[in-house]
Amino acid sequence: MKVVVDFDLCESNAVCMEIAPEVFEVRDDDFLYVLEENPGEALHDKVRDAADRCPKQAITLED
Amino acid sequence: MSDIVAPRIVIVGASLAGVHAAQAIRRAGSDATITLIGDETDQPYDRPPLSKQYLAGEWDADKLALRPSKDPESLGVDWRLGTDAVGLDLDTRTVRTLSMADGADEIGFDGLVIATGARARRLPGTEGVTDLHVVRSKADSDRLRAAVDDRGGPIAVIGAGFIGGEVAATFRSQGHDVVMIEAADAPLTRVLDAEAGMLVAERHRAEGVDVRLGVGVEGFEIDDHGDHQHVRGVRLGDGSVVEARTVVVGIGAIPNTEWLGGSGLELDNGVRADSTCLAAPGVVVAGDVANWDHPRYGRSMRVEQWDNGVDQGGYAGRRLLADLAGEPAPEPFGPVPWFWSDQYDWKIQFAGVSGPTKETVHGDPAEGRFAQLYLDVDGAPCGVLAVNRPRHAIKGRQALTAGASVEEIRDTLA
Ligand SMILES: Cc1cc2nc3c(=O)[nH]c(=O)nc-3n(C[C@H](O)[C@H](O)[C@H](O)COP(=O)(O)OP(=O)(O)OC[C@H]3O[C@@H](n4cnc5c(N)ncnc54)[C@H](O)[C@@H]3O)c2cc1C
Ligand code: SF4
Repeated sequence: MKVVVDFDLCESNAVCMEIAPEVFEVRDDDFLYVLEENPGEALHDKVRDAADRCPKQAITLED
Repeated sequence: MSDIVAPRIVIVGASLAGVHAAQAIRRAGSDATITLIGDETDQPYDRPPLSKQYLAGEWDADKLALRPSKDPESLGVDWRLGTDAVGLDLDTRTVRTLSMADGADEIGFDGLVIATGARARRLPGTEGVTDLHVVRSKADSDRLRAAVDDRGGPIAVIGAGFIGGEVAATFRSQGHDVVMIEAADAPLTRVLDAEAGMLVAERHRAEGVDVRLGVGVEGFEIDDHGDHQHVRGVRLGDGSVVEARTVVVGIGAIPNTEWLGGSGLELDNGVRADSTCLAAPGVVVAGDVANWDHPRYGRSMRVEQWDNGVDQGGYAGRRLLADLAGEPAPEPFGPVPWFWSDQYDWKIQFAGVSGPTKETVHGDPAEGRFAQLYLDVDGAPCGVLAVNRPRHAIKGRQALTAGASVEEIRDTLA
């Protein structure tokens, strides 16, 4: 699984970070950082959930 | 479950909540057959952009596709689009349908997900008045865009709720003359409070929108061209007439429950359900149509918000599987609700529910960047409003979920 974020859509609300802090981090500079572009199996459910719940639909998951 | 044949699940409403229910059922590894019935002919799409980027013409239709059904095959459902559910029989466990292509049909089910959402409320007595628009579907948004391209402004927006505000902002940002008419003394009092509503009203005024508050709509001035008619203006309760060539009505939504009449389900401001979204054995509800017992607030609630559609859709799918398998229900469904609205450069977000008092915990409302904490009648935290502080809304939501104290929330959001 590869995590791709469309930064034109992302508004740094940290919804994804609330769900999968291992993978997404919104820092004090108010930018989103993807900590783990290829998260391991164990994180896939969380990452899928984060992608679903991103209100801007900014997260794409590639196989 | 191995000795039982795969259950037949029918989902009615092929939009946000319905599609997420289907996805959750598949993700749970269920071998159920899923029939997904929706009366729209388009593949499922996301509604929030319909009053924002899509209405503005900045996004094309491809960008609206709902994530779980971007690749319609992958969801593993039998798609019945362009198909109306017209009746439910809980004794024979069938849904009656009607479609242009296939005529009348009956579809049997073991488990049913009701996710028929809501439709835009129209002004009473305005049937047949031309140039009146609502924005609920992609087709509505297309029609409105085309009308404004064709006839231009001024545009009158009736109702200063979130959708009305977004439509006003979209057209005003494109240079059209816009007047916004609201019967209440301040916008958004039903969801937020008068002070927050007035901040939004002032934001519109600063952009040049003519905002009329505390005045109702009496009727419309119509130009009769013989074979066709056009709106020329809106007559207000105070006797004044505002010029308008296109009128958008944003006065709320009505849950789509008519097809369930006589089914025995309790219909009261949507479909009533228990705290686990179960409306009857083997029948669950989700999204804008669901009026369930919210365990956190101790009352029934119907939430017309995007995040709830995603969350409750998924929950309802899992709840149904548990019910069909005779397994215990998951924990009751009781999230802190959360929504956003984008108007001009303002990102408005609200978590929780409004309350009688509030305090500013971050920033300054006058500068358009702030967070405010709402307190309920007992002085306990119940809501967080964030403007241009998207992270504060989510942090606020986390804190409300955790039951944090006023002091703790002040600290977190400072
Ligand atoms: C213009 C607009 C902007 C929005 N912006 C925001 C926003 O910025 N933030 C936010 O939090 N929320 C926003 N929302 C709210 C959010 O989109 C809704 O909460 C969400 O769409 C609810 O999803 P749903 O699946 O429950 O219902 P719906 O999306 O209404 O879907 C129900 C589906 O069922 C179909 N249906 C109804 N009856 C039948 C029947 N008898 N047979 C077959 N099919 C049927 C309907 O046609 C529809 O396709 C917005 C909504 C609109 C309309
Ligand atoms: S949830 Fe979406 S919009 Fe929010 S920070 Fe994550 S990617 Fe950005």
